[in-house]
Amino acid sequence: MNWDSLANVAFALGCAPFLMGVINRTKAIFAGRQGQPLLQTYYEIWRLLHKGAVYSKTTSWFFRAGPLAGLAITVLVLFLIPFGRVPAVVSFQGDFIFIVYLLGLMRMMTVLAALDTGSSFEGMGASRELQFSAIAEVALVFALSTLAWKAGTLSISEIFTKVTPDLWRTEGGILSLLGVAILLVFLAENARVPIDDPNTHLELTMIHEVMVLDHSGPDFAMILYSSALKLWILGTFLLEVLLPFQVGNFWLDHASFIFAMFALAVLVGIIESSMARLRLIFVPRFLMGAVIFALLAFLLGLR
Amino acid sequence: MLPIIDSLLIIFILTNLLLLGSGRLATYIQMIAVQGVLLGILTVFIQHGGFRLRFALLAIGSTAIKGILFPLLLARATRLVHIKRELEPVIGYTGSLIIGAFLLALSLWISSRLPIPTPGKIDDYVLPIAFFTIFTACFLMISRTKAITQVISYIVLENGIYLFGIPFAGEAPVLIELGLLLDLTVGIFVMGIILYHINREFSSVNVNELSSLKDSRL
Repeated sequence: MNWDSLANVAFALGCAPFLMGVINRTKAIFAGRQGQPLLQTYYEIWRLLHKGAVYSKTTSWFFRAGPLAGLAITVLVLFLIPFGRVPAVVSFQGDFIFIVYLLGLMRMMTVLAALDTGSSFEGMGASRELQFSAIAEVALVFALSTLAWKAGTLSISEIFTKVTPDLWRTEGGILSLLGVAILLVFLAENARVPIDDPNTHLELTMIHEVMVLDHSGPDFAMILYSSALKLWILGTFLLEVLLPFQVGNFWLDHASFIFAMFALAVLVGIIESSMARLRLIFVPRFLMGAVIFALLAFLLGLR
Repeated sequence: MLPIIDSLLIIFILTNLLLLGSGRLATYIQMIAVQGVLLGILTVFIQHGGFRLRFALLAIGSTAIKGILFPLLLARATRLVHIKRELEPVIGYTGSLIIGAFLLALSLWISSRLPIPTPGKIDDYVLPIAFFTIFTACFLMISRTKAITQVISYIVLENGIYLFGIPFAGEAPVLIELGLLLDLTVGIFVMGIILYHINREFSSVNVNELSSLKDSRL
């Protein structure tokens, strides 16, 4: 048990919704708007927690359990991932596969809760979510396996401590391929722009948002919060690969990592402002691109 | 191994994958140009015997012909023949990408098994990527139906063979390399003209329809 690691978990729990605010503010600046307050996600979660929930008669207990289980799993993942060079609270050999499965379990809970409503619209969203995440997961597993192979260990905390400037010097090509692959997975898994548009409700082409349409009140607050945490988790994966540098001073390293996290949020905002969402038939090809990048790094890394 | 060669070779792989995954003729021509320029740079970097004038000559020659002349000729042919953007592949783009990944694995495996006497130590990735480029070109020739993509695949094939030959360039007379480049240039030129005439005569450059030219009485 390590107090630094626990402090990181607390920090992530507190700051994750702020990332959403940074993304929205960046998009507002690009569009020439004033934009919503940076703390808007906190306000929304607070507001939703004070509302009552409406449940359809066709739903069962599973519909109510879905958001709660999703949030619980996301918080569990937070305990398993390192932050900067500080190891995770709990780490063991092979935990990166466990993390991928936990993320898969969270997706399954969301999808089953969506199917539980009996709405054909939500069923459509569930089908799309599963189709696309089936490809994105392959890319993520290949990327993490390549890193595990290069680091010579199966524990995610140790894997990321092995990503040093030296590794970048000798294997820079492979690591940059992995960086691109994880960025694409990051955008797809968090339902950000080239794959999905978080702003469009009631649009027939949306993927993730459609599954949570029937949730209301505290349930929806939990969904909002866990999607912010998921953004934080996958962002950490990306930054661990892209930021190998370390000064040695604990606070300085920590501050630079947190700063990088918000820079990533700004980058997501820029991507969303400068790109349109892909047509639905191009999404699998986009994700296959991520798989190919990760696979390429894997094959080149094996030599 | 030098990181700069690795990065260039990885960009080379990515151009091949883009050729497999893209449906636009303009992208194909751009990738041919990128590959030509990359080969020119690689010619200088992969040599281990130090810098020599002949390599510089070869690099400039191949960059000029493959990176600039061929794309211009191909762009001109495209304009004359009024080819539509979409390439109508026999195998879809996602399928092509998956096959491309298999081809890459295959070429890595083959080159790890193949005892090739190289003069001195060369970069680990050169031979697999040369094989991969050759396989990609063969696959593109089979799976794309427009005649102009056959020409482009032919150039990609030659790029692969050229990449394979770079480590041995110190041993072979430079005249052979330059002769090859000249042959290729004339070849592309002639193919451009043939394409134009095929299009004028039959108003289509789809190779599947060329089989209807066969004498039906046989």
